Parts: sequence; structure tokens; C-alpha cells
Amino acid sequence: MKKNIAFFVIPFILIILLKYYSSDRFSDDYIENSNVDFEVLNVSNTPETIDFNFHVNPILSDKCFACHGPDDKQRKANLRLDTKEGLYQMTEDLIKRVIDLDNLEDSEMIRRIFHDNKSIVMPPPESNLSLSEYEKNILKNWILQGAKWKKHWSFIKPEKPERPEIKNNDWVKNEIDVFIAKNIENQNLEFSKMESKEILLRRVYFDIVGLPPSIDEIDQFLNDNSDNAYERVVDELLKSKNYGERMASIWMDIARYGDSHGYQDDTERTMWPWRDWVIHAYNKNIPYNEFITWQLAGDLIPNANKEQIIATGFNRNHKITQEGGVIPEEYRVEYVADRAITTSKLMMGLTMECARCHSHKYDNITHDEFYGFYSFFNNINEKGLIAYGDFAPEPKITVSKNELKEGLDFIKLPDSLDKVTFMVMKETENLRKTYVLNRGLYNLQLNEVKPMTPSAVLPLKKQNGNRLDLANWFFSDENPLTSRVVVNRIWQQFFGVGIVATPDDFGSQGNRPINPELLDWLAVTYQKDDKWDTKKLIKRIVMSSTYRQSSVTSDLNYNIDPENVYLSRFPRQKLSAEMIRDNILKTSGLLVNKLGGPSVKPLQPDGLWDEVTGGGGGSLAKYVMSSGENLYRRSLYTFWKRTVPPPTMMIFDAASRDNCEVKRQNTSTPLQSLTLMNNPEFQKAALHLSRNIFEKKLSLNEKINILYRTITGRIPNKKEVTMLNNYFDDENSLNEEVVAFDKLCMLIYNLDETSQKS
Amino acid sequence: MQEIHKHFINNNRRNFLKKTGLCIGGLALGSIVNPFESSKEDPFSIIKNQLNLPHFAPKAKRIIYLFQSGGPAQQDLFDYKPKLMEMRGIDLPESVRMGQRLTGMTSGQDKFSLVGGVTNFKQYGESRAWVSDLLPYLSKVVDELCFVKSMNTEAINHDPAVTFFQTGSQQPGRPSMGSWLSYGLGSLNKNLPSFVVLLSRGTGRPKGQPLYSRLWGNGFLSSLHQGVQFRSAKDPVLFLKDPENLTRQERRKMLDYLSELNEEQLNMFGDKEIESRISQYEMAYRMQTSVPETMDISDEPENILKMYGPNSKKPGTYAANCILARKLIEKDVRFVQLYHMGWDQHENLPTQIKGQASDIDQPTAALIMDLKQRGLLEDTLVVWGGEFGRTSYSQGSQAALKNNTYGRDHHPRCFTIFMAGGGVKPGFSFGETDDLGYNIVKDPIHVHDLQATILHLFGINHEKMTYKYQGRRFRLTDVHGDIKHDLLA
Repeated sequence: MKKNIAFFVIPFILIILLKYYSSDRFSDDYIENSNVDFEVLNVSNTPETIDFNFHVNPILSDKCFACHGPDDKQRKANLRLDTKEGLYQMTEDLIKRVIDLDNLEDSEMIRRIFHDNKSIVMPPPESNLSLSEYEKNILKNWILQGAKWKKHWSFIKPEKPERPEIKNNDWVKNEIDVFIAKNIENQNLEFSKMESKEILLRRVYFDIVGLPPSIDEIDQFLNDNSDNAYERVVDELLKSKNYGERMASIWMDIARYGDSHGYQDDTERTMWPWRDWVIHAYNKNIPYNEFITWQLAGDLIPNANKEQIIATGFNRNHKITQEGGVIPEEYRVEYVADRAITTSKLMMGLTMECARCHSHKYDNITHDEFYGFYSFFNNINEKGLIAYGDFAPEPKITVSKNELKEGLDFIKLPDSLDKVTFMVMKETENLRKTYVLNRGLYNLQLNEVKPMTPSAVLPLKKQNGNRLDLANWFFSDENPLTSRVVVNRIWQQFFGVGIVATPDDFGSQGNRPINPELLDWLAVTYQKDDKWDTKKLIKRIVMSSTYRQSSVTSDLNYNIDPENVYLSRFPRQKLSAEMIRDNILKTSGLLVNKLGGPSVKPLQPDGLWDEVTGGGGGSLAKYVMSSGENLYRRSLYTFWKRTVPPPTMMIFDAASRDNCEVKRQNTSTPLQSLTLMNNPEFQKAALHLSRNIFEKKLSLNEKINILYRTITGRIPNKKEVTMLNNYFDDENSLNEEVVAFDKLCMLIYNLDETSQKS
Repeated sequence: MQEIHKHFINNNRRNFLKKTGLCIGGLALGSIVNPFESSKEDPFSIIKNQLNLPHFAPKAKRIIYLFQSGGPAQQDLFDYKPKLMEMRGIDLPESVRMGQRLTGMTSGQDKFSLVGGVTNFKQYGESRAWVSDLLPYLSKVVDELCFVKSMNTEAINHDPAVTFFQTGSQQPGRPSMGSWLSYGLGSLNKNLPSFVVLLSRGTGRPKGQPLYSRLWGNGFLSSLHQGVQFRSAKDPVLFLKDPENLTRQERRKMLDYLSELNEEQLNMFGDKEIESRISQYEMAYRMQTSVPETMDISDEPENILKMYGPNSKKPGTYAANCILARKLIEKDVRFVQLYHMGWDQHENLPTQIKGQASDIDQPTAALIMDLKQRGLLEDTLVVWGGEFGRTSYSQGSQAALKNNTYGRDHHPRCFTIFMAGGGVKPGFSFGETDDLGYNIVKDPIHVHDLQATILHLFGINHEKMTYKYQGRRFRLTDVHGDIKHDLLA
């Protein structure tokens, strides 16, 4: 076990020993802190120049704010360390200053954190928190260096940073690469080669359309030696309708989309037309500011059209209860809070829910501000407790077949239906008063509050604003968070980890950006130059060398940066749950690549719904499998019953859709292995593929080659061909050739590479 | 078997844990899949981890939580209230109700007629515990039981109340208790998940309250800690069964080739995560043998099957699940979570509760005694209880009360649970309610207190076992919870 710890620590030490450089806007040893656990760092690693935002505030936040932070109810000794004034104030006994700018060494903070006496030392032992030697040294050295305070980094408006000077300009394809190269050079890492064409193609296919390329598409690309061969592929993918599906599948987690109401008997709801709108909006490349404004406040846009109203379905995707006996107001409050929490996580990357019960312990968000923000979403004429079997509780909208022709044909209404009704937002005529709720409880009202935004981020100037004003506030030039939060999330879509590794927390407890200049460059470019054009942003990312480099790493790079935080290689990533299944369907030839429409119920093990219902559930009491082509639609369309979500999705780390999620887990479990080996749906797909190939009049070697390429997108190397042949021979000694070939096909579907984006 | 051995050596050579320890999943991975031999003598030695748990010597190493979904009526089972029986039909005095929030189901009722237990109660054992005549078998084991008559909760509806008991929060999304223990303490075995879930349906009210898979969900913890449902279906764990035309030898062969090919990819890409995926396949392979072995009760001797009652041979019943729970505990599964549905008696309580009581009576008693005779009760904690209690007044019309078709509504203020083994006081009763069984008069225990106490039995300081998510250190007990030392042996 000791060895284990050493193995944790050594790479970090190496990283840190590797040196610090400085630039204009950020004092830049922060990088070492971004993903590092302070508690394991050694004192000797204390950086020379200490930055408040990147070194000091994370410690203060994590170890001090619980008692000396923004929450005035919990504040001890009338002392707060989350503000500039607080850090320089007199202590309660008026003897010393927390930090004495005139006499730095005499600061009370230094005395307290190094004290031996248990009743004096900070943090106190009963808090279960303690400072490591490293952390103490950071605080001490920062004070001795002048104790310079700064506003929280993400609350400072981003500006386009200057292009850094780098040596290896040959490696650079666009600006992104300059910022990445700067880090690679600074860390003495080696540059990686560009990825092989085959692997790159599969990578960019999954990333943009969520599906693998066919052998024909691979061959076409391999044979195209023109300079812009790759760019042409990228442009085509961005034009593909499957792009909207890929983007929508990420948006479903954020929007906590479900096809059921989510509580107790979990009855069915209709929201798929809203999902169809999302696909459409992405494919049409509606600029991000409109994409969001319509979803948050489409109904409030003057002379709003039906499409804009349909988009507001976003904020009706939360769970709704039909459990007889609940107190409706308690649940209505829950729905309003859900909208506020979802919107703040999505737009600001802030965990505002902490301020629902009391002022936030870490970020400067007061209890009043939470309810001020909440009040934007409090004016919907909705029921806390809905009638059993209500598929679309008020407010709702009905779209008829005839209206589809009037610009709403993105709703893929099945022939069997004349119209469809689903939930949307609609402001009440008489606005509800909003009160601060003590401990977040629906019936403990405190003072009344007016609509407001967190003033630490940016105050809302307008009095009595509504949701549309809130949307405008998000897209104001002064808002420091909107652009950073969204480019970070899109970065994560391609590289697995955001530039800020905590996409849901840009607050003081969140990670600091690993490459703040790049984050700000992307944010400002997306907002100002590209006017929120998402396809442009994506193209910029996938055209970069950073994206096109190989995932193979050298020993040197691995030793310096095992976690690849500097992106000196492409980070290999597991496919998402949807991609794993869609890959199997597509490569096998079973996929029905059809856009939109009501959610479908593909093959799943018997009894999963029945065994947990209490007999209720209406149309969802029993799983009634779809038939025909609906068995093989993309996973985006799989029916989402929230209390029993589709097992194949959940086993591969899909979000539960109970709440807004902006990042999925990434695990390897035995249940995943079992699913890949034995899921009857996958078996069926494998059989379909193997029989199709086996029937071809080709040599066995050719067949194996096609099989392998179809599934993995890559021509197997010699060693692999031998192993594949050996397995086939082994199986063939027990079975007929065709059966042995089936088994070989299953083996290839189970390869690690098949479920990876390399 | 030789191949498996080869794989262990292989992994060993590669210093598997050391490398995967670099990733976030490393620690969790170590907890569910220990590629090295486990040591029977001191199971805790194999799961040392970053959390440095347990914090102190544990009394319990495993737990069986017999969750009674729907909310059993304490007045009819364990909380003997002779005065309440005498006061049948009399309106609940407002001085007793004291503004208690009502559910929407009885808030419209104009009369709150009291009604006592449906049968007589008698005292049993050396501990002289009162038990209803509905529970002839449990009454024989009362000297093993530690009753808590003063449980109370905040929620009055099923979904939030069950979620609260299992995750410490009324709103969905937090990890369940079993996931917390898996995260904190890791696995004791290398062939089975550390957190297993079994469901059964009550005969008293076969259609009633639903369950939700999030109740055994891992929340923000790694999916490695999720509860794995063992079903009575032909595939006891989803996708466990190999296709019919594939023999075990062929599966082994397939895994050997798979691992060879994956290692080739490891050489090619240098992605150390590949190793952890190879080992997950090995765990899956082991589960393919170990799970069906565990689920198969055909080799249980007749006297044991008899002990658990007439339903013990019927797969999917509470009785059958109790036998499985014991077998899982024998195989060192950390947390076995049973759910028995059907306790939501809003009407027809006198009939329904008989069915419910008979479902659980004999098997629960048998489970406790079976664990005891195998020496497992000592370090296995058994917990029996629901998400809330039921009202001392009847639900329904006056006629319903008269013809015994009344029910009882949800009651969060007091209810009874019991525990056994695992470091709790046997033959003991804690907490008291008033004569009407409506309010607690002595020693209340809140849900968070129970959770804190259970964690304490596992050697965990509930304030120190935290998981940092979105900047906050989360605990099973949120910011609450007092350990109830009176319950500890």
C-alpha cells in the first residue's frame, strides 16, 4: 500500500518540479493545482509565486468557508474569509488583524494555522478538516508575499488573451494548438504525431454524429489524398442529420428528459416533440443564444411563434408527482426549484441549490439571491399534484397534423396520430409573490424577494425582470460565465474532460481551469467572432492538431503527465452508453436511421417494469416491446421510464435523468462485460452481421478482415489476424464454420477497442 | 481453473492495482474486484483504501436490511397499546394530534376515529416483549431482537420517505446506504458484488406501492457501488447467462483470446484502463458461476427449508429471499437489501395485515436463528422496518370501521423497527410512544440517527465518511445524525 501512495504522489511531484512560468493575466503555477489533491502534496512543492485564485482560494474555500464563508447563519467569530474586507479585518477580540498588511508576519491567520494548541489551531479538530503542511505553507507564503486578493476567477469577464509565443509552430493547425503547445513545451513534454487516418475518422464520426463510419466511408477517406480530405469529412458530418441526434443525446442529460413523470407510480408523459425540436435546432444550427433564450423564455418573446413556445418544454422536463396524498404546494415548490437549479448549473456552472436552505457555504450566493433567481420560474400556472394518467399537465400546447406544414415539420408525428399535446411554459397573468423559504421548506416563508441574479456574478439591473430578461442577462456582454461554461462543456464532449474539470462547478470549490487562456480564447471567439455559432466552434475543435493527434503516448509523456491533463496526446475515451449500442446496431446493419418521433421500446429483459410496480403505472405498468423498425432505432429514442431506466443505458453510465447532469460517470464494471457478452439484442446484431459477411464469396481471411474493420474501423495488424484466426480455428474444431464465425464476431464486439474512441 | 490462475498471476505481474490506482476509478475498482486472493482470516485487510476506513473496530461486517415497503402499522404488530384498543371509535383529541400534517388522503376526513391493534398481544421471552398474535414465530425470537419503538421521519409520502431512509435525502439522486458502505469499506469477496438487492411482493396487498431502482442506486458515487439486483427470473443478474450454444469452456477460451487481443491493444495504445477492463471480464466470468450457485437453493437441507416456511421453495418470495440473504452473507456479501412490498394498508387493514405478517413472520425469525446457528449473527446486522408508521386513527368511513374494512394512513411521528445481531443489544426495547401510539414520549430516533448508528456499528464515523461532489462533502446523514449508544451491545 505504501507503494501505492508513492505512485500517486510521484507524478504530481514531477509535474510540480517541472517549473513555473508566468504570463500577464494569470500567475501560472495554477496549473499544478487544477487537478491536484493538495493534501498529498509535499511542502517542498510550494510554488514560488503564489496566486490567490489558483492557490489560496481553493484552500480557504475548502477548509475555512464552512464557518467563515458567505453563509452568515453559520459564521463563527463574526469572521468571513470569502471577501477582501474579511481577510484584512480585525479579529473579534480586536487584538490582531486576520491578515495585517502593515505587518504581514504578525497576521493572525499564520499564528492560528500553525498553532499546536488544539483549542487555538484552525481549522479546529472537531470540524474534521485539517490543513496539510503544503496548504499551510501556501497560505503563509501568500501572506508574506503581500496577501494580494483577487475576485474569483470565473466572475471576471473573459478577454481574448494574446497569442502565446511557442517554438513548435509546425505542429499548430489553428489557435487552439498554440495554447496547448505552450503547455506541452512548458512541461517539457513531447509532441505526439497525428493520428492514423482510420482511427481519426472513427473518432470524428462518433464525436460529431455519434455513429461509426462504414467500410466504404473509411476507404473513401483513405483513398482521398487531397489536403482538405479531412475537412470535407468534417463538413459533411456537420451537415448530417445525425449531428442533431448526437448533440441532442447530450442535451437530454442536461434537460433531465424523460418519457415518464418520475415519482412513485411513474406514469407516462408526452415530451418527445420537444426532443424532436432539440434535434432540429441543432441541425439548423440555431445560434446558442437563441437556442437557450427560446428554451428559457420562448413564450415571453414578443409575438412568440409556436416553435419558440415548443422550445420552452425544456423547463417542464423535471419530475412531477401523481402520488395521492402529497401536499401539492410542497411539490410545486420542488418543480420551481428544479428549474432554478437546472438553469444555474447549465448556464453558470454554479451549484445554486446549496443556497436553497441557507446562504451558500462556498460561493457568494445568498439565501435571498437563490429565491430571487427562483422567482423567475415561479409564475407558471401548474399543479403540484397532477391527475393520474395525465400525459401533459398544464400549461401545454397542441400541435395538429395541419400545423406541421407551417414550419413545425420537425415534429415527426406518426401517421396514426392527428395531433400531439405536450408541456410548455406559460407565464401566469397575476404574478406570484416569491418568498425566501426557511431551510427550503415550502411552508416556512420568510421575507418576500424580487427577481434577481447573483450579484457576485453580475447584478440584474432591470427591476421586476421576467425569464426573458434573465435570458438576456445570460447573453449580456458583461456576463462572465455563459460563454466559458458552454465552451467548456463542448470541449468536454470531445476530450472527455473539460478545461475546467468540474463543468458543473465554476465556483470556489470547483477546479481551476487547466488552461485559462485557452478557455477564455474559445469563450470570447465563440461569443464575439462566431456569434454563438456552435458548428463553427465544433469545427474549430476538430480541425486542431490537439484533436487530430494520436492517442499513443511515449513513456516520457506518460511519466510526466499520466493523466494527460496537458493533452500531449489525444485522450482515449470509452464510448457513451448510446454510442455503444448504436455502434452495435449500425455496424451490424440493423440500425434504422430515422429521425424523431415518439420514443420506442427495444428489446429488454422481461419483467423489469412489472417487478417493481405496485400495480399502478397505467400504460407503463408493463413493458410492451416495440415492433418492426422501432426495435432498432438509435438509443436517443429509447423510452425513458425514470424509475426503471433502460438497463443497457444505465449499465454504461448514462445519467438517470432525475436531475440535470452535465457530466457522466466513467466506470468499468463486470455488469458492462456481461452486457456486451450476453445482451440478447447484441447477440442478435452480431449474428446478423456475421451471417451477412459469411455468405459472401470471399476467402476466410478476407471475411475476417471485413468483420474486424466493420466493427472497429481499423485493419487488424498481423498479430491480431493470427489471433483472430486461431480463435476461429479453435471454435471451428467444435462447431460448424458459420457458427465459429458468429462467435468470432461476438469476440470482436467485446474488444476494448470496439467500445473506445481512440 | 488453471486459466483463472494464470490471469491472477498475469495481473499480479502487471501490478494491476498500482497502475489503476492512478485513475479515479482505481480505488473503487479495488473494492469490487480484488484480483488477488482474499484472506478469510481478516477480510478487512484487503480493502484498505484512501478513506482509511474503518475508523475504529467494527461490530458488524455485513448487513441484511429487510425493508418493509409501504409502512407497516406499529399498533398492529409490536407497539402494544391497550388503551387505544379500549378507545375504539373515539375521535383523536386535537391535544394529541398537535397540528400533525395529514396526507391528502385523510385531510378531508371529518372524524379521526381511533382503532387499536387487530389482535391481542402477549409477552414473550426473558425480555418480556409484547408481540401481536399475528407474529407467532417472531414472538419466539424476541430475546434476539432490539426493538426501536420511537423511530420517526420527516416524510409522509412513500416516494420521499423510502428515498429518505435509503439515501438520507427525500429527493432522488443521493447514493443509497449500501452504496455508501461499498464505497467506504469495499468488498469482502471477489466473486460477488458487495451490494445485492432482492425484491418480493406481499400477499396482503399484492398491488400497492412501487419501488424505484434509484433506491439502490449509487448516486454520485462510482457505478461500481450500485446495488445489483438478483432476480428470480432465469437470468438472476441481467445478462448473466451465456447464450445456449456457448459452453463454459468456450466462454473461458473466448475470454483468453479477448484478453490477449486486449493486451495487444494495450501495447498499441498504452491505455492503462484496458487492464481494468480485462479484470472486469474476469469478475463477470466468476459471477457467472457464483451467482447461480448462490441462487440455487436445491441443496439446502429439508429441515432448513422447513424452518423458513412453506414459501421457501417458491422463487421470488420473501421466504426464498431470506434464504438467499443468508447464503449471500455466507459468501461475504457486504450489504443484502431486501424489499418486501405491500404494507400500505389504507383500507382493509385487518385482512391485509394478516397476509403481510404471515409473509414475513416465519422467514424473518428463521433467518435470525439460521444466522445464529452458523455463528454469523455476531457480526451480521439484521434490520427490519418500513419507511414510516401508520395512524392510530382509522382511515375510511364509520361504516368501514364498523365492518372492519378500515385502513390506517401514513404516520411519520412514530413507528417501530427492530434489529438483531451485529453489535446491537439483544432482548431490548428502546423508546416509547404515548398511550394512543401517536406521539413519542421517550427517546426519539430519527432516520439520520439510525443511519449514524448503523454506520457506527460498521466502524464508521458518519461525520467523517464523506464524498466530495460539486464542491461539497456529502454524507449519508447529511448534516445530522446522533449515534444511539443505548442500542449498542
